[in-house]
Amino acid sequence: MDIQTYLFYILAFIAFFISFLKDKKKTKAALKKAWKSFENLLPQLLAVVLLISVLLTVVNTDVISQLIGKNSGWIGVILSGLVGAITLIPPFVAFPTAAMLLDAGAGFMQIGAFISSLTMVGIVTIPMEMNFFGKKLTLLRNMLAFIFSFFVAFIISLVVAS
Amino acid sequence: MEKYLKTLKKYRLFIFNLSALGILTIFKPEIGIKSASLSVFQLTQMLLIIPPIFILLGLLDVWVPRETMVKYMGENSGIMGIFLAFIIGSFAAGPLYGAFPVAAVFMKKGVKFTNLMIFIGAWSTTKVPMLMFEMTYMGMKFALTRLAIDIPGIILIAFLLNRLLSKKEIEKVYLQAENLDTL
Repeated sequence: MDIQTYLFYILAFIAFFISFLKDKKKTKAALKKAWKSFENLLPQLLAVVLLISVLLTVVNTDVISQLIGKNSGWIGVILSGLVGAITLIPPFVAFPTAAMLLDAGAGFMQIGAFISSLTMVGIVTIPMEMNFFGKKLTLLRNMLAFIFSFFVAFIISLVVAS
Repeated sequence: MEKYLKTLKKYRLFIFNLSALGILTIFKPEIGIKSASLSVFQLTQMLLIIPPIFILLGLLDVWVPRETMVKYMGENSGIMGIFLAFIIGSFAAGPLYGAFPVAAVFMKKGVKFTNLMIFIGAWSTTKVPMLMFEMTYMGMKFALTRLAIDIPGIILIAFLLNRLLSKKEIEKVYLQAENLDTL
């Protein structure tokens, strides 16, 4: 475990302790909610981890770095941005996946585009979004968010990759 | 019985993937075993990281009163409204499509359009538990850089959308929300 994880454990413990002293009932409800969110996440998490593990074992590192590696340039960025926009992976699964891809030779700029479009753009959920926001707003929002993802990727490549 | 079926349905993709991995292991033992051990490694990593984040998430959900905050996000809410939209969106749980029904409730309660879009943006990208996960996996530099660009970016997109849509079109969206059955 790294420092961040220890930090989160300490933070969670302190928060839990204070909450427990203030209101036992509320604290119990909080724990229940925490467990429920975890339970909801678990099926997807298990399924995606298996899939990615097989994928990373079969597809060798060379292919990944060729497609979305440092030297794949904007084509790699657009490719990862598109994959991010289309797929519907929860962030809790996406970050480990992204870290695995980075280890396997993906570039920071490309992963930045993937993460950003994954979180902000949802092509699969567009019909659902239209129910709430109407056609024009939904399409505009997703388009702007998609373009913005590339900007984020670019800045990340400047800051992190250097 | 029904409960088991429900659980089975929830895990159907996992079961499918697991069986596929099993078949793969029979025909290509080397790849199968390598994939399985990679999966186990990743999962144990995650199970170490997840508990504190989800406990914090649960505590936030219980202690942060959403209802009262919405009151301060109306037409003349100014910077306070923007701030609250960020806070509420950032402390929420669940995928982006979970935000749409909440957004509909916000519209019914008269939350300003730009604040509504900021809330959606915050829900999708600046969520606190997600950020904690991101820091652990991608490093502080990656996570904080993204956050630093995302905050102004979300505000910019919200105001751009406000500009690109006419007053009438926005009114239509709000009117449509009135007729939706939510929560």
